[in-house]
Amino acid sequence: MTLSLLFQHIVNALSLGSLYALLAIGYTMVYGILRLINFAHGDIFMVGAYVAFYGITLMSLPWWAALLFSIVFTAFFGIVLERVAYKPLRDSPRISIMISAIGASFLLESLAVLIFGGRPKGMPVPDVLSKVVYFGSVSMITISLIIPLFTFALLIVLLWIVNKTKIGMAMRAVSTDIEAARLMAVDVNKVVSVTFGIGSLLAALGGIMWSFKYPQLNPLMGMMPGLKCFIAAVIGGIGNIAGAVLGGFLLGIIEIMMVALLPTLSGYRDAFAFILLIIVLLIKPTGLLGKRQAEKV
Amino acid sequence: MKRIVRIGLLTIGVALLIVACGPGAPKTVKFGVFEPLTGANAGGGALEVEGIKLANELYPTVKIGDKEYKIELVIADNKSDKVEAANAAQRLVDKDKVNIVLGSWGSSLSMAAGPIVKNAKVSAIGLSCTNPLVTKGNEYYFRVCFIDPFQGTVMANYAYNTLGAKKAVIIREVSNDYSVGLAKFFEDAFKQLTGDENAILAELNYNTGDTDFSAQLTEIKKHKPDVIFAPGNYTESALIIKQGKELGIKTPFLGGDTWETPEFIDVGKQAVEGVVFSTFFATETPITETSKVFLDEYRKKYNKEPAAVTALGFDGYLVARDALQRAGSLDKEKVRAAIAATKEFPGATGMITLNEDGDAVKSAVIKTIKDGKFTYMATVEPY
Repeated sequence: MTLSLLFQHIVNALSLGSLYALLAIGYTMVYGILRLINFAHGDIFMVGAYVAFYGITLMSLPWWAALLFSIVFTAFFGIVLERVAYKPLRDSPRISIMISAIGASFLLESLAVLIFGGRPKGMPVPDVLSKVVYFGSVSMITISLIIPLFTFALLIVLLWIVNKTKIGMAMRAVSTDIEAARLMAVDVNKVVSVTFGIGSLLAALGGIMWSFKYPQLNPLMGMMPGLKCFIAAVIGGIGNIAGAVLGGFLLGIIEIMMVALLPTLSGYRDAFAFILLIIVLLIKPTGLLGKRQAEKV
Repeated sequence: MKRIVRIGLLTIGVALLIVACGPGAPKTVKFGVFEPLTGANAGGGALEVEGIKLANELYPTVKIGDKEYKIELVIADNKSDKVEAANAAQRLVDKDKVNIVLGSWGSSLSMAAGPIVKNAKVSAIGLSCTNPLVTKGNEYYFRVCFIDPFQGTVMANYAYNTLGAKKAVIIREVSNDYSVGLAKFFEDAFKQLTGDENAILAELNYNTGDTDFSAQLTEIKKHKPDVIFAPGNYTESALIIKQGKELGIKTPFLGGDTWETPEFIDVGKQAVEGVVFSTFFATETPITETSKVFLDEYRKKYNKEPAAVTALGFDGYLVARDALQRAGSLDKEKVRAAIAATKEFPGATGMITLNEDGDAVKSAVIKTIKDGKFTYMATVEPY
């Protein structure tokens, strides 16, 4: 493999990995606070992408305005979803709320088929984001440059929110013990809503970035990315925001390098992602950056 | 109150029953429309349904023996999924008891229905599914299009003769029988034409629903081929070509009939300008009287140019209707025999004669994309 080829593969890997990381942050954040694996995360991602699409095509907004509109809309959408599908089950066994999440996922997918139609749509990508830039013989589009920067910026903002702000403190309190937090006058409903709002906002951002890079929308587009970022979050240690970013990049690098090194096996890319998950879980059940927590009884 | 409602409903129900069974009700035959309306192949399925519906509007009845029957379309969504396809086909033959099945877009989906229609002895007519295995060994499956050994050869010829290509790379959708089959036939024909056992530099795979192809494309770039053959589903193919251009690949991309959907251009935009693929029919060269009728009516109804698979949907319906007329009966064996005997039937896509495998032997059309539109390039007669 020549050097420039290797660099091209690394660039490809980083740009794919940063997308996974962006999605995994939202996943892991909701889990970290609520101990809920939100299976509908991938579908909120899809909703975000569609809202931005209609913002650009139907309301003829400029792309950045459509992006803002979509993340605000989707954040509220996530809050409503939590109120309807998860809140009534907050005191039920974990398994019920997980089933409810799977149900919400199917509901959103079917609704999307009804409302948006089953045929795929092409996302109108602004020229600024789809320009090809060259570094020697290595090439990439501008959006692939923006996504990693964006992911790191979000990582820092989120770590700041969780660790330094008052609402972040409340989040951590809820995460440790909901009942005790309520006794300490923490408004649990508000904290959960904010968490879901942020999680959904991140999903929408991920969805829009994804569809700018891969300009194709369909009602099931969130399924595979949802699974992949779940894997990324688990590999990194679910609940740990920095771990999710690490897991996302790792997954992207392994997927790309697997094809680069073993081109004849390129059809088994996804299988390798899942094998990686199994190996990590066998060796380190809590994920790379996860801490072992005693299960509360 | 409740009781009154119940009695009322019962009366209406009985009244409806009497009306439905009354002597005035026309008899119906059912055509099962077996197509992907959601999922990865939904764009293609919708195009074929357009053609079938148009034919149904123009020719809503069929004369079997001396009785006039109304043709009813029963549309079943196979969801672009092989398992769902088997379920949908089962439902069509068991529950809806259709007389003939039309479809599906996508060879894998048609193949999933193969054993089911065979067991139920219900004849099926494929419209644009081109993998040879759809009809091979299944006397109940027919089709109104050509098959992939021909299509692969057409594209290999184009690559070798027109483009002067000596080395090619193939990228195929490994979970799709159509893509794998067509890639194989292209490979065989291209090797034979070039007389070079190593004319195919590499074969790379991806899965249905993948969105990132940068690793495969970087591999392809390394090989510096003269041409890239990329048969596959339209959205994945459009993304491949787009990402290829982003990686600085200037090699021409060639593909097959599945690319002719509006979504292909919608997703690929400027990147897919200039790609070349083979398909069934071009509006620029109407062949029969039926082609004219089809084109006029389609343009009137939809106010746009029809896709080749829409014309095949139209033809599939007409072939089925014609066969029922000739069979003069709804007996499953007679219907099967009548379809198999289809000869010189003037369809919108040309004269349809089914060979011993139940495949139509027809010419192929080569198209490209120019200014965001599918544009006719050449017609290739069957060898």
